Amino acid sequence: MIKTSGLSKTFDGGVEAVRDVGISVEPGEIVGFLGPNGAGKTTTMRMLTTLLRPTSGTATVAGHDLRADAKEVRRNIGYVAQGGGILPTAPLKGELELQGMLYGLSRQESAAKTREVLAGLDLAGLETRLGGALSGGQSRRFDIAFALLHDPALLFLDEPTTGLDPQSRANLWGHIRALREEKGMTVFLTTHYLDEADALCDRLLIIDHGRIVAEGAPAELKTGGRTLDDVFLDITGRSLREESALSGKGA
Amino acid sequence: MLRDTWVLFRHGVGVTLRQKVGVVFGAVQPLLFLVLFGPIFTTFGTWETLVPGLIIQLGLMSMGLAGFGIVFEKRSGVLERMRVTPASRLALLLGRVLTNAVTLILQTLLLLAVAFALGLRAPALGLVAGFVLVVVLGLSLAALSYAVALTMNEQLFAPAMSTAVIPLVLLSGSFLPMSMAPGWLDALSHVSPFRYVLEALRDLFHGHYLTGTVAAGVAVTAVFAVVSLTIGTRVFNRENA
Repeated sequence: MIKTSGLSKTFDGGVEAVRDVGISVEPGEIVGFLGPNGAGKTTTMRMLTTLLRPTSGTATVAGHDLRADAKEVRRNIGYVAQGGGILPTAPLKGELELQGMLYGLSRQESAAKTREVLAGLDLAGLETRLGGALSGGQSRRFDIAFALLHDPALLFLDEPTTGLDPQSRANLWGHIRALREEKGMTVFLTTHYLDEADALCDRLLIIDHGRIVAEGAPAELKTGGRTLDDVFLDITGRSLREESALSGKGA
Repeated sequence: MLRDTWVLFRHGVGVTLRQKVGVVFGAVQPLLFLVLFGPIFTTFGTWETLVPGLIIQLGLMSMGLAGFGIVFEKRSGVLERMRVTPASRLALLLGRVLTNAVTLILQTLLLLAVAFALGLRAPALGLVAGFVLVVVLGLSLAALSYAVALTMNEQLFAPAMSTAVIPLVLLSGSFLPMSMAPGWLDALSHVSPFRYVLEALRDLFHGHYLTGTVAAGVAVTAVFAVVSLTIGTRVFNRENA
């Protein structure tokens, strides 16, 4: 579902945010992408979602070449950005239907799909509200709803549970699992939470200083009775709990 | 691309029409000039000279600040959410710009209705031709405004654009024809493309169609439109827009 080779991004000014990254994600996997703040997680995700042009390297996302066929990549992926994408002053229903139409659905199809997606995320009835009138958990689920209207094969989630209370996080994990179980969706997510990475992901990729430094199933990484935080600390020199607290968004 | 433009345009017009007060409010300043300054101006000038100036003022203020909307959309992540859809970047710009054109059309119609009530008597052909010129100018200004909004610091956009609009309005000769200005100011005003458009508009409102002034106004509007839409599209296509 995702295959990259030598993927790199150097920003103006010479900052090498991502260096020679090779990623392979199989259909139906839930893959967690971990790393300290500034390690290159979001930059990698923005490249894979066509929002940033790679400086070098190749990538195939959802069966399409990232550089040559960016439009087809967009047609087949859903993306939920770290900060979300909800206008506080707009009624959600109209915004959702517009998003569906931008994915090529007719007005009727988009309205029907909006109802279906909202029901699946336990949001039915809330679409008449303004974006600013939602709780944190509701807002995050609406962000995901925007990304699901076109039935993508692959869903990118950038820190989907950051800032949510434990109950909302657990609720969201359930919805993410359901997407894989019911629709066979592949999920690629970044997170700062060890329990989330451990409980939700089939496989983890750890990135540091723009390079993938470890990869494997949570159980494979936690050899010798070590916790994921121990693993992360050994590899990056920083505690993931510390990273979560540093981001100021610990739940 | 056309379908995506239409989808965004239809959505934008729906939102605009729900905010009727906002549309009227955007035209208040030229309306005040029309009602409170017009009767003084027409003691020595004509409504057909003043009203085109107020339309240019309206266009500059209303469309020049169109970028405000995109600042909010960028800040809230809505623009990025749309940029990850297969919709073309050009459609994301054109859908918004065409929506802005509808706002300008409604505001101009309101201004013209009040102007007619006060004494404007422009020929129908001149009004229609002038309208087309103003709408094209408005589209171009809105595209440029979006480009500026996506390029410069968000905090600086409002004060910078508000400040830029005032000299552009004055240099276009909106309130008094620049032929009345001292030589240096008259010369300076030729730098502003809006002077040429305004002078063309005044000729059209006076029923003079095939003049060099009209030709210059049309040419400047066309060049301005090509440049602005090119800049707008490039900025929308940029990866960090």
